[in-house]
Order: sequence, then C-alpha cells, then structure tokens
Amino acid sequence: MKLLEYQAKEVLASLGIPIPPGVVARTPDEAVAAFEKLGRVAVKAQVPVGGRGKAGGIKLAKTADEAREAAARIIGMDIKGFKVPLVYCEVALDIAREIYLGITVDRDARANILILSAKGGMEIEQVAEESPEALSRLYPNPWRGPLDFELTQLVYDAGLGDLARPLTTLIKRLYRAVPEYDALTAEINPLVVTGKGDVVAGDAKLEVDDNSSWRHRDLEERYGSVLEGDPYEVEAKKRSLTYVSLDGDIGIIGNGAGLCMGTLDLVQRAGGSPANFCDIGGGAKAEVVENALAVILMNPKVKGVLINVFGGITRGDEVAKGVVTARDNLKMTLPLVVRMSGTNEEEGREILRHNGIEPGASGWEAAKKIVELTKAGARA
Amino acid sequence: MSILLGRETKVVVQGITGREGSFHTEQMQELGTQVVAGTSPGKGGTTHLGVPVFNTVHDAVEATGATASGIFVPAPFAPDAIMEAAAAGITLIVCITEGIPIQEMIRVKDFLRGYPAARLIGANCPGLITPGQAKIGIIPQRITSPGSVGLISRSGTLTYEVASALSAAGMGQSTIVGIGGDPVLGLAFRDVVELFEKDTATTHLVVIGEIGGSDEERAAELLARGSRLKAVAFISGRTAPEGKRMGHAGAIISGNRGTARSKEEAFRRAGVAVAETTDEIVGLLR
Repeated sequence: MKLLEYQAKEVLASLGIPIPPGVVARTPDEAVAAFEKLGRVAVKAQVPVGGRGKAGGIKLAKTADEAREAAARIIGMDIKGFKVPLVYCEVALDIAREIYLGITVDRDARANILILSAKGGMEIEQVAEESPEALSRLYPNPWRGPLDFELTQLVYDAGLGDLARPLTTLIKRLYRAVPEYDALTAEINPLVVTGKGDVVAGDAKLEVDDNSSWRHRDLEERYGSVLEGDPYEVEAKKRSLTYVSLDGDIGIIGNGAGLCMGTLDLVQRAGGSPANFCDIGGGAKAEVVENALAVILMNPKVKGVLINVFGGITRGDEVAKGVVTARDNLKMTLPLVVRMSGTNEEEGREILRHNGIEPGASGWEAAKKIVELTKAGARA
Repeated sequence: MSILLGRETKVVVQGITGREGSFHTEQMQELGTQVVAGTSPGKGGTTHLGVPVFNTVHDAVEATGATASGIFVPAPFAPDAIMEAAAAGITLIVCITEGIPIQEMIRVKDFLRGYPAARLIGANCPGLITPGQAKIGIIPQRITSPGSVGLISRSGTLTYEVASALSAAGMGQSTIVGIGGDPVLGLAFRDVVELFEKDTATTHLVVIGEIGGSDEERAAELLARGSRLKAVAFISGRTAPEGKRMGHAGAIISGNRGTARSKEEAFRRAGVAVAETTDEIVGLLR
C-alpha cells in the first residue's frame, strides 16, 4: 500500500518527525479556507507516484484566489494514470538546504538500506548515477536497527556533520517505520533545512508491505478508500483476484504470476495488446474463473479473452466445464480462446470444442488465435 | 544423481497435519520421498499418514535424523518455522508458504547467517524435485521425468510448463528447483547454477527468470566465466508495464538492472541461448 504524501506525513509526525503545518482540501473552497488558516501555501496534488512537480501538480499560492485557482486546476488532473482526488495545502517552507533521506529494501543484498545525501531534491537519481560518492549508505541490522555510532558515521560520511545531532535523531525515528509499519520504502526528499536551521520533512513517501496488511488494519481503515483507483482493479480486489489494468483490448487470465506474465509476452509478440494481467492462482476453480471473467468483461475495451491455465494436479475436464459455465452465466459473446494442459486435457479440449470455445494447442498458438479473432471481430 | 535432494534424503514436514501439509506429504510419499517425521505443536506423539509427529523440529531431528524440511505453515508462522529448522540443524529448508512480509524475510536471512550449513529455498516457491527419487514441495511429479537437464525457475506454473515440455520431448531432468518469486529469497539462481555445475549427472541447464532484481544477471556472470553446461535462459515479463514508482530509493540502488532486456543481454554475453517463448526452449537445448 502506497500512502499519499499527507498520509505518510501523518505517520511520520506520529513517529516524532517534524512536518510543516498543512490541511487537506477536496474542493477549491476548502483550499481557500486552508489559505486563510495557514497563509502562503504550496498546493500539492496527492497521488501515489513520483514526478508530480514536473507534471504541474504543485503550485505556490500567495493569495486566496491563487489557492482557489491552483486547487481547481489540480483536483481531478491525471498524473501518470492517477486521477488526483485531493490536494494538500502546506505552509510554504523557507528552504536553505535540501537533503535526501531514504530507507528501502535492497533486494540484491536481501537487506534494508539507509541512504543519506547532502544533495537532495528532484535530481537525486541523477546524482546517484553521476556522483555515487555523494550518497552515504548503511545496512542496519534488521533485528536491532541502526545504532547511534553507525548513524553518526553515516551523517559525517554524507558531509552533514554540522547537523549530526538533529539528523541522527530524525533518522532513528524514520527507521521506526520499518519495524512498526513494515515499510518497504520510507523516504523524505527533500528533507529541508530552513533559514532558521530547523530540519523539516518537505515531502514524504511511505510504502507499506501488502503482505503485512493484517498487522496494520488501522492504516487500511484510515487511508484505504481515499484514492479512487482503476475501477476494474478495485472490483478485482473485492473479489480477491490479483489484477492489474493495462491499455490493450485482449483480456488475459492465467494461473500463476510467471505464466500470466509469459502470456502477456506471447500476446504482445503475436501482435496483440493485453487489457490486463489477471492471476487466478493455482487450482483454477470454476468460481474463480467466473470472477476473473466478470471483472475483465466490465471493461468495454475488451474484444476477446485468452485463458491460459496450466493444471498440474487440476483436471483439464473440470477446468473446461468451469470455463463453459462461467461464459454461459455471464452471457459472454466475445471471442474466447482457452489453452490448458494437465490431467485429462484431451477430454477438456473436447468439452471446449463441443461448446464452441477455441482450444489452443500451446500458449503461443493460443495467443496467435486470440489476436486473429479479435482483429477479425474489430473488422466485422 | 542430482542436486540437494535424493532418494536417501530424510525429510521432516513442518505443518504436516494441515490441509496443504497432508495433501502434499502424500504426494511426496507417492514419489518415494523419505518423509521420516512431521511437526505440529501439541500433536507430538501421534502418527499422521504413517509418519511420527513431533512438537518441535528439534525433537524430530533428534529422533529421526532428518536433514531436510518442507514448510507448509501459514504466513504468520512461517518465518519462525524457517529459523526453527535452521536452529535444529536442518541443512535443506524448503518454504512453500506465500505471503510472508518482506521485513520478516530480511530478519530471517540475517538469522540464517549464523547457520551457514542451512540452505533455504523460497519462500513462496513450488519447492524442488529430483524426478524418480524425491521431492519437497508441490511440483507435480507426473510432468517430470528423470534425466540430465537442470531446471531453475522463479515461477511456479512456468516451471511446470517447461518441465512438461522437456519431458514430452524426451529430455528428462536431474533436479528442478523453484526458487520462488519473492524479492527476498533463500537460494538465488547463482547458488543453484553452482550446484548444477558440480553435479556430474547434469549436462544441460534451463534458467527461467523474471523481471526485477539482478539475480539473473549474477547467474549470467557466473556462467560467463565458463561452464560445462549447455544452457538456455528465458525471461518472463518483457511486456510488463514498469511499476508505478513513487520514491527514488529503488532507482538509486538498482539503476538500469532488473529489466527483461538487461537480463537477456547478460545471458547472451555469457554465451547462453535466450528463448523468446517457452515453446523455443526445447529446440534451443538440443
């Protein structure tokens, strides 16, 4: 779960990290109210993705009218596929210095990494590439977290010795997001040093592991419904499916993430364009197939569906019967190609043919078939 | 011959009395795997599927001399189960459980540094099988056949797909290892490639990778130093959309590695044939 900036900041504030005063606004009027309360504010789009500044999602408002105008322009805007649901109006900071501070999972090292740099701000990735020595790194012990002397070393290595005291305290507090919230990423960029010398979180990113959501129900309850996601993804989540929307017109169902991803590759290679990724997991039970088909058919762009099921222990005839029932229950008329293998796969294919569903001999053959059928459908 | 697991390996199943544990223990037994013990706290002293059940792995190892374990317990209990197995002296730990929080796996990996003899496979993996001899996990034996192709994969169903294509083409397998798809894992591709390299019964190698991380690149670097194995690689996810990234931290540490292209190029540089689809693997391996 990726928290929005204001949500991440609420969590960081609860850990004792200083944040600027700010107010959430869902309408231009609320933005005006925020201005009246706070004065000069930055009006910031709330989306769970980077690059919003460059996309025009952050505006400085020096008057009430400017706050209204900025909110009117930003709310509802599309930033990298996310519709902005609300803005965060935050007291504009007097920025003297920008520091980068981040914690994330280094999957190659199978460890958490703490990164600190005196060269914070929007260009940090470029800094990392061009002058990696400007970034100091620490792999804290995962059982006890970073120790004081390790953090002192990190801060001095980053050339930030003059801020050693406030920074070591702040990093320790940020690190608490790892054990306490199962954070996969906790990042403050920029970490602002103000003209007065205060250290304040200018922005905040927090991603919490979905595998541990059962431990953090409070986050889900507080923040889960704010973001209007893709409607198909929302529906799929309700039905406990692993589903990701894509831009194309061929619906894809597979069992297992690898097979499903491989199926997308095959469709693309055959000249088609997948509408989604949908992994129904092992077993391919009739009810799950029907759920997946129902979500895919909600999308009016979909012109055909490819089901690719590898049945290890699952019986092919049962999968076939399930697919036929699902299609009939949903009154589906679009082209449907099913590729399956496993026990009784021949019987399964016979059931499919008998019911007017095209069986594919292999994943590749099936991909070519569905691309051909959807193109023919589009011409008709 | 094989790697990691054979007819002689004594296996304890952690969570043997659960639904998954029971079902897959029977499958493992059917293939001839020596399942010598099971664990289930509170059920010590009973027998399940003809196997003595113990309260702890320590007790099971002491009584039966088991050296390998298969873990079929739910995610909240799996990290502890892995550490319990390592502390009890188990040297091959196979964790099938999916959905373990990454931070817990990071702690587990750190714990395992204290047990260098313990090899972990997974979590969130289908396990491993030495066809005709033994298996720990859930790979269906029906689609495998004994032979000399070593197969390593991050994905479950793609593994099955490739294994059955190999078997259908008369190319049996020495051992099939599903290392799992989680970001923080036990054995990596490179570790398993090293084992196959030393196994005289393995002459061919198939690596099925996925976008993300750079474990595939590291295995390719190893193969580039010279290998006696005839190898084919396949990377899935080349058309997957780039994850909608929020922070910079991930990009800072991974740079350009991790894409399907970077992985395929690494294998090509190592002289490994790269299959465009899984259908091509058999042909490229001949």
